[in-house]
Amino acid sequence: MQFNIEINNQQVSAKRGETIKNVLDRFGIHVPTLCYLEGFTPTGGCRMCVVEIEGITGLVPACSHQVTEWMKIKTHSPRVLKARKTLVELLLASHPDDCLYCESSGNCGLQNLAMEMNIKERKYHGKKENIQIDNACPSIVRDPAKCVLCGRCIRVCDETVGVSAIDVIGRGSGSRIGTSYNKGLNIQNCVKCGQCIMVCPTGALTEKSGYQAVIDALHNPALFPVVQFSPTVPAAIAEDFGLKPSKDLLNLLRAALKAIGFRQIFDVSMAADLTIMEEAVEFLDRLNNHGKLPMITSCCPSWVRYVEEIKPQLLPNLSTTRSPQQIMGRLIKNYITSSAGQKAEDVFVVSVMPCTAKKYEANGDRMKDGSTRYVDAVLTTRELARIIRLMGIEFSGIEPEPADTAFGMRSSAGNLFGVSGGHLEGLLRTIQYISTGPDTNSIKISELRGLKNKKEARFKFGKQFIRVAAVNGLNNAKILMEEVAAGREDYQIIEVMACPYGCINGGGQKLNPDEKNLKSRMKALYDVDDEEMIKVAHKNPIITDLYDKFLAKPGSTQNKELLHVSRNIPEAQ
Amino acid sequence: MKEILDRILPNYPPNKNDGLLPILQEIQKECGYLTDEILSEVGKYLNMPANKVYGVATFYDQFRFKPRGQFHIRLCKGTACYLHGSATYLNELEKQLRVKAGTTSRDGKFSLEVAHCLGACESAPVMRINDAWYPKVSPQELSRIIRSLKEKTV
Amino acid sequence: MLDNKEFLVEKILKNYSGIYDKPTAERLSQLKRDKILHPVIYVSMGTCGMIAGAGKTKTAVEQYLEKNKVDAEIVVVGCLGLCAAEPLLDVQLPGKTRISFQLATEDKVDDLLNSVFHHHLSPDNLLGQHKNPLLEDWPNIRYIDEIPFFLHQQRIILRNSGIISPYLIDDYLAHGGYKSLYKTVLNYTADKVCEIVDTSELRGRGGGGFPTARKWMVALGTGSDHKYLICNADESDPGAFMNRGIIEGDPHRVIEGIAIAAYAIGAKNAFIHVRSEYSQSLSILELAVKTAKSYGFLGENIFGSGFNLTIHIRQSAGAFVCGEETALIASLEGRRGVPQSKPPYPAEKGLFGNPTIVNNIETLANIPAILENGPIWFKSIGTKESRGTKIFSIAGKAEQTGFIEIAMGIPISKIVNEIAGGVKNGKKLKAVQLGGPSGVCISVKDLDTPIGYESLQAIGSSLGLGGLIILDEDTCMVNLSRYFIEFLQKESCGKCIPCREGTKRMLQILDEVTRRPREESSHETLERFKGVMELETLAEVIRDTSLCGLGQNAPNPVLSSLKWFREEYEDHIFDRKCNAGVCHDLRTFVIDADVCNGCNICQKKCPEHAIIGSIKLPHFIIEARCTGCGICFDSCKFNAIYFK
Repeated sequence: MQFNIEINNQQVSAKRGETIKNVLDRFGIHVPTLCYLEGFTPTGGCRMCVVEIEGITGLVPACSHQVTEWMKIKTHSPRVLKARKTLVELLLASHPDDCLYCESSGNCGLQNLAMEMNIKERKYHGKKENIQIDNACPSIVRDPAKCVLCGRCIRVCDETVGVSAIDVIGRGSGSRIGTSYNKGLNIQNCVKCGQCIMVCPTGALTEKSGYQAVIDALHNPALFPVVQFSPTVPAAIAEDFGLKPSKDLLNLLRAALKAIGFRQIFDVSMAADLTIMEEAVEFLDRLNNHGKLPMITSCCPSWVRYVEEIKPQLLPNLSTTRSPQQIMGRLIKNYITSSAGQKAEDVFVVSVMPCTAKKYEANGDRMKDGSTRYVDAVLTTRELARIIRLMGIEFSGIEPEPADTAFGMRSSAGNLFGVSGGHLEGLLRTIQYISTGPDTNSIKISELRGLKNKKEARFKFGKQFIRVAAVNGLNNAKILMEEVAAGREDYQIIEVMACPYGCINGGGQKLNPDEKNLKSRMKALYDVDDEEMIKVAHKNPIITDLYDKFLAKPGSTQNKELLHVSRNIPEAQ
Repeated sequence: MKEILDRILPNYPPNKNDGLLPILQEIQKECGYLTDEILSEVGKYLNMPANKVYGVATFYDQFRFKPRGQFHIRLCKGTACYLHGSATYLNELEKQLRVKAGTTSRDGKFSLEVAHCLGACESAPVMRINDAWYPKVSPQELSRIIRSLKEKTV
Repeated sequence: MLDNKEFLVEKILKNYSGIYDKPTAERLSQLKRDKILHPVIYVSMGTCGMIAGAGKTKTAVEQYLEKNKVDAEIVVVGCLGLCAAEPLLDVQLPGKTRISFQLATEDKVDDLLNSVFHHHLSPDNLLGQHKNPLLEDWPNIRYIDEIPFFLHQQRIILRNSGIISPYLIDDYLAHGGYKSLYKTVLNYTADKVCEIVDTSELRGRGGGGFPTARKWMVALGTGSDHKYLICNADESDPGAFMNRGIIEGDPHRVIEGIAIAAYAIGAKNAFIHVRSEYSQSLSILELAVKTAKSYGFLGENIFGSGFNLTIHIRQSAGAFVCGEETALIASLEGRRGVPQSKPPYPAEKGLFGNPTIVNNIETLANIPAILENGPIWFKSIGTKESRGTKIFSIAGKAEQTGFIEIAMGIPISKIVNEIAGGVKNGKKLKAVQLGGPSGVCISVKDLDTPIGYESLQAIGSSLGLGGLIILDEDTCMVNLSRYFIEFLQKESCGKCIPCREGTKRMLQILDEVTRRPREESSHETLERFKGVMELETLAEVIRDTSLCGLGQNAPNPVLSSLKWFREEYEDHIFDRKCNAGVCHDLRTFVIDADVCNGCNICQKKCPEHAIIGSIKLPHFIIEARCTGCGICFDSCKFNAIYFK
């Protein structure tokens, strides 16, 4: 139902059921927000978006209050402005004064509000609370002193991720966002996905930085620093430097990494090709020999942690194939460096990932051999951008540099790992090849594409039909797994990515992405798939070469140790 | 502890969160306080993340996470008691018994709690030691109570 | 021959004309204890009675009866409201009125009982006699309802409190209980009940004053299959104890009210939310629900009408904010008791997402009488805007503390001066604090304001839950405001910024006003002044922007005391002086040179080295150094030190 309301003495039309903020957004009137989170039910907690409504005694929050006919709203009256300013001043009263050193400086919701309200002095003087920083977790650092208790992280962790690793603890002015029993994030059910970092308006939640370790390694002449990067990094980095996504970004990134000082540069997509090969064989083995189905992919470390910690009954379904980061790290240390004449301990492998959970994965027991780690440091996309700036590299101005190493080749299938559904698409191409022979280079499974939380497809190879699903956002995966546990048997492969829409929106990407950003990151990956010649993993010459020279046949027991993990699967439940 | 949980939990339907507060209240009544393990077990039974259970338990004044002392002293700080000087009584108790409000003394003899109102305003200032009431406590009486408390052995 | 239960249900409850044949009337008067064969001894054993020693009194009575071989019935009753006079001991001899003794501790029992049984009453401890036209009066003894404390009361909800036993459902039935429920479920539709209550113009007693029936109609109109009724008996305000009095005096009235309200909105489940500190109220309620169920007043198919109701008793886990209905609902759902934005209102979407009505216990306790006597009768009590009665608990520096029920419209001064008997120890009245921690202080100037929703609002106050605290001249208003703000900031749920951070800052500002730091730089002094100047702005923003009533009303104590007692603030801020001597830090100690004999103890003990003087000569305190700790005051054996 349409009706008129009055905003700042202007008549505008509104619909029943709309919130005041909906209407304001439509007419381009900005009200500041702090706890508001697009796509989530508003809580009305921060009161920053309050407006004045004729006939109502107090001020009401625009985010949650619905419009009614003939409502008269004042969005920037003196009373409203005074209230908003006071609210920000109250938050600043006990906020640490270390903006200069803060991770979020320049990208901070509170800082922006203080500027917007033109706050030039500290009006209220609260005691700075000395709360310990929680940095026990290899992925995420929590600094409760900087927290403004907006609760956005909690809502994301509850509703998108579905693990509820954090919640408000205590009451009133003593309340904190914390973990159960006030222990660190490390031993909780936290899956390290970093989605909380993406929504935190201040520097209360940040990634555990690998920055200094990388800089130190780059400056250490005894070390041989090499880098591997994930396929979603080029587009996201380009965004950070204001570049339009185009194909050459990959080579620009290579050039930048070279300029930083990395001796060799590897594309993780190549290892993804290897993952596809092994996984395809593993799947066919499960399918033909009555193995556990559906097979669920295991490339997303957050998802793997979720299964291990919370749903161990799904362990038999999890693919045993290692994730591309794990494979690449091993390959780099074990083989390539020996060919380059370096000792394994002198090689410093850096991963650049769109992900905070990869830090946790790299830190795990499966990623080391004795005391040698396969990956020595993991950088998020954000951290890499910072290093590029530190090194004074003009990202848009450098000369693109083509792949140089022996491992530079990859298929566009491996490249698709960065987006939800892409991994599955690449995998199916190879499954078809292995089981039916003739090549189908041009398979494009459009049902598995697009910004959706759950995608599914029927796939035919030879005479067989299988049903597959790609699900992203851990909470959506949780719901699907409950269906599977309840006896839903029609899926044979399920691809899970913990972050909504996959790694393009990973917890290590640029903060505050909008839908346009995500779409362009996704498009960059599919463009590569459209334009490049090698679209399937098994046609990547390096992969065939590797299998010929170093590895036994895909899926064979000799490859088990290198390319697969063994999991302690609990007794039948 | 396990025996208490086994006895209490089956009285409540599993997976229904509204049983959380009554469960915790019943357990605390028996155990005196709540431990991390208890909260985890209750969380598992109700299918609630441990974190949510902890968040709820720390919200309410009633729940304690440390054992009570042998003498659990509850001093009322309701408006009527405050007007009758219960704030100075609190200082006196803290100083004399060497225990801070909201904590238990190291030897486990005393625990001191400030109640926001015991609902006995006609008897202000009022305090309770374990189950006994001490109405209209005068300063002299307070020192007498403290003296007799100190003399008692653990 | 019917047993008592059958008799009360079949002959009394189901006959709501109230006209009985002779044998029925005869038997009823026995059950009402108008006609008794043996003496009856009533011991008032509400929480206040128990605290005052009623348990021991009862034992002493039992011993007396055994020793003297007296055949008498002992009846445990709730509180009459005159808590300060507890323990109360009433004795009723056959044919004579019930006589009441106050402060009847165990040591007095023998004398008191002897005096009654020998018909020779001594004036000590005598409170008065209960008026009963059917019985013979004791000569020359005042009636209870002539005592000033009771004279101005009009007791509807508290009619049975202290008279009948809260443990015996038959007592309530004999006094006409559950008749309204019977009449309602068999004769009225839910719409009709709402209409009757609407006509009565009953408004919520929980503070907001929203018309009760309007709220019910919303829930009734939703047509949902699952609806809930929540009776809030958590009291929550510190310094108030009316809810305790209602439950412990007449629990079945509450249950009857709940049952009628549940019927009116179509709820099959009701919750009573009781403060966990009230262990006695809890056990009384549990017993009452159990017996009401066994009598068929609760449960399935009540009175064969097809109406089902289950009452669940829940203990509050201790959070003041749960007085807000959405927070209360969250706590019943097993979540953190954090308020939600309204709309949607609970009447549309509440407990477990279903329509839910949250009513205060006092509101619900009014319902049986309204249905019994009709809405017109109810409307005749009180004022035009505020119908009916209101229960107050009187605490603080009153001569008589307790809880009372008065008709709306009575001026506050009447409560203070006549019912409460004025200020204790003949001190002067400073203000009356009404409405709990987020209420306001009513100055002496406004004391003639009549009790009522709008009339109190007009002077910037509110009716609140009914906690009335009398403040005498020794009260420091700044300190008291600080106390309330401290309470509120501790009880803030922490969800919205103005309440969470704002109350903290207000407390900090008031702390700075009422305390004196050991050293203060001029910069800090400036900051303190700036803070004080911000106090009012801050209070307004908190009131304007907070999410729920707790935050919106949190500045009330400060704003109201600033309005009426500004000079006290100024004394604290500018002169650093607390005239009431309550703010310890602001005390300045002085040694009376005439009394001081120079023993030197104070000088040794002073942590600030603020005392100078030679042995055996009078000592002096350097005012600038004194922090007002009071150690010298405590240590002086010659009372030579005083503060100003």
